[in-house]
Amino acid sequence: MLRYTAKRTGLAVLNLLIVMVAMYAMVFLVPGDPASVALGPRATPALKAELVTRMGLDQPIWRQVWNFFANAVQGNLGYDVWSGRPVLDQILEAFPNTLILGGVALGWALVLGVALGCLAVVWRGGVLDTLLGLLSVSMIAVPSFVIAIYALLVFAVWLNWLPAIGAGTAGDIGSQVRALILPSFAIGITWVGYLARLVRASMLEVMGEAHIRTARAFGLSEFRIVTRYALRLAIIPTLAVLAVGFGSILSAAVFVETVFSRPGIGTLIISAVAKRNYPLVMGTTLFMTAFYLFIVTAADLVIARLDPRVRDVFRGG
Amino acid sequence: MSFAADSRTDGARPRPRGALGRLMSEPMGATGAVLVALFIAVALFAPLIAPYDPLALDIPAKLQGPSLAHPAGTDQLGRDTLSRLIYGARTALAIAMGATGAAGVIGLALGMMAGYGPRWLDGALMLVLDSLASLPMILFALAVITVLGPSATTLVFVIILVSISGYARLVRAQTLGLANAEFIQAERTMGASNLRILFRHLMPNVVGPLLIVLSMDVPVVIMLEAGLSYLNLGIRPPVPSWGNILYDGYSSLRQQPALVIAAGVPLVLSTIGFTFLGEGLRDALDPRLKGGGP
Repeated sequence: MLRYTAKRTGLAVLNLLIVMVAMYAMVFLVPGDPASVALGPRATPALKAELVTRMGLDQPIWRQVWNFFANAVQGNLGYDVWSGRPVLDQILEAFPNTLILGGVALGWALVLGVALGCLAVVWRGGVLDTLLGLLSVSMIAVPSFVIAIYALLVFAVWLNWLPAIGAGTAGDIGSQVRALILPSFAIGITWVGYLARLVRASMLEVMGEAHIRTARAFGLSEFRIVTRYALRLAIIPTLAVLAVGFGSILSAAVFVETVFSRPGIGTLIISAVAKRNYPLVMGTTLFMTAFYLFIVTAADLVIARLDPRVRDVFRGG
Repeated sequence: MSFAADSRTDGARPRPRGALGRLMSEPMGATGAVLVALFIAVALFAPLIAPYDPLALDIPAKLQGPSLAHPAGTDQLGRDTLSRLIYGARTALAIAMGATGAAGVIGLALGMMAGYGPRWLDGALMLVLDSLASLPMILFALAVITVLGPSATTLVFVIILVSISGYARLVRAQTLGLANAEFIQAERTMGASNLRILFRHLMPNVVGPLLIVLSMDVPVVIMLEAGLSYLNLGIRPPVPSWGNILYDGYSSLRQQPALVIAAGVPLVLSTIGFTFLGEGLRDALDPRLKGGGP
C-alpha cells in the first residue's frame, strides 16, 4: 500500500509538472508576446512596457521559467493584468462558491441516483427498470446549460419562485439556499441518470457472485441483499467515476454559473478569457488542475484501500 | 480492460444486415437512428428547407413570437429563427464531423504507436496523454481559446486536443491485447513487416471499437460547440450556431421567450438522438463494450 501510495502520488506530481510546462509553452508558442495580446492592438507603448516589466517578460527565458515555477510552488500564480490583484486571491474568493454548487449538485444526485439504481436492480426487467434506462440516457444527453436556461425561464421568470441571478446575499443562509436550488438542479440532473445506470450495472455484476448466492440461500429478502451486500461492492466503481466526473461537473458549473450570473470559478475564468487576462486564465486552470489531480489521486488511494486488486496494477509494470 | 480480444477474427463480427436489424428492432436505437437521420438531412439540405436567408435582417419584425410567416419567431435583428436553426444544424454537423474525425485519426495513430511501438515510446506517450487528460476539459479549452482567440478553427483544434487522449488510450489497450494474438504471431513468423502487421492486421481490428466510441462522443462535441458558442467563444456571429442562437434567446428572455425555447429544441433532440444511436449501435455491434452485467 505504501509503495502504491508513493507511486500514485509521484505520477500526479509529474502530471502537474507537465501541465505547467505545456501551459507556459503554449503562451510563448503563439505569435506576439503575451503583453500585447492581453492589451490589444490599441495599447500605448508605455502601457505595454510597464506590463512587460510587471509580467517579467524582459528577463531571459530560463529566468522566466524558473520564476514561474518558484512562484507557483510558493502559491504565487501571478497578478491580474487589469486590476493588479494577486490571481490566487481571486481564485480563493470564487472557489468556495463553485465547490458548494458542485457539492450540493452531486450530493442530491448521488442520493437519488443510488436509490433509483437499487430499485432498478430489485425490480429488474420491470417497467421502472425500462423507464429508468430510457430516462437515464436522456438525462445524460441533455446539456446542463440548456436545462439551466429552461429552468431559469420557468421557475425564475414565469413562476417567479426562485431568484434568477446571483448566489444570495452574504450572511443570509435562506437566500443563499434559494439561489442554489436551480443551478444545482441543472448540474445534478444529468448525474442522477448516470449514477443510477452505473450503480445498476455494477450491482448486476456483483449479484452473480458466491456470497450473494449464499445470502440468498439463507433466505434474505432481495431488498436486504441489494442494500446490505451488493451495494457495498458496487459503490467502488461509482467512487472512481465520481472522482473522474469532477471534470465534467466543473464544466457544467462553468456554463451554469454563467447562465445564473453566479460568482464562482466559471464566471471568473469566462470574464478573464473575454478580456484575454492571461495570468488569471492560466492561474485558474493550474489551480483547478492541481485540485482535480488531488481528487483523482485521493480517490485512487481510497479505492486501492477498499479493493486490494487495484494495487497490483503498478506491480506488473 | 480485460475485454481486449485475444482471438478476434472478422468471422466473429455480426453481418451488417443483422446488426442494422438489431439496431432498428430496439426502440431506443430506432429513435436515435431516426433523429440522427433527420439531423443529417436537415444539415445537408439546409438551403432547400430553410424558408428564409438565415442572415437576412428585418429589424421592424424583431423578436416576434411564432406565426405562420415565422414558425419559430424572429430574433433581436428580425432574422427568421427557424432558418437560423436549420443552418445551425449545418454548423453543428460540420464541426462535429471534422473534429471527431480528425481526433479519431490522430488518436488511432498515437494509440497504435504506443501499443505496438517500443516500451519507452509507450511510456512517454502515455505520460503526456495522461497529463493532457488530467486537465479539466473546459478549463483547458478556455485556456487554448484565450491564447489563440475564438474562431471556428480554434474550436475544432480545442475539441481535437481535449479528446485525443481518450481515443489513443482505447486504441492502445486494444493494440496491446492483440499484439500477441495468434494470428499476429503467425504473420510475424511468416515474415510480415511491422507496417504490414499494423495496417493490414491490427488496424481493422481496433477501428471498430474506436468508431463506436467516436459516435458516442458526437453529442459531447455538439454540446461543446453549442456551449462555447453560447459563451461567445466558439462560432462567431453572424454565422448561425445553436449556441449563439441560444445566447440571443437568453439575452431577450424576458421580452420574447419563444426564441430561447426554440433554440434549445434541436440541440436537445440531436444530442438525445446521437446518444440513443450510440447506445443502440454499441449493443448491436459490440456487446463487449457494454458496462458489465452478466
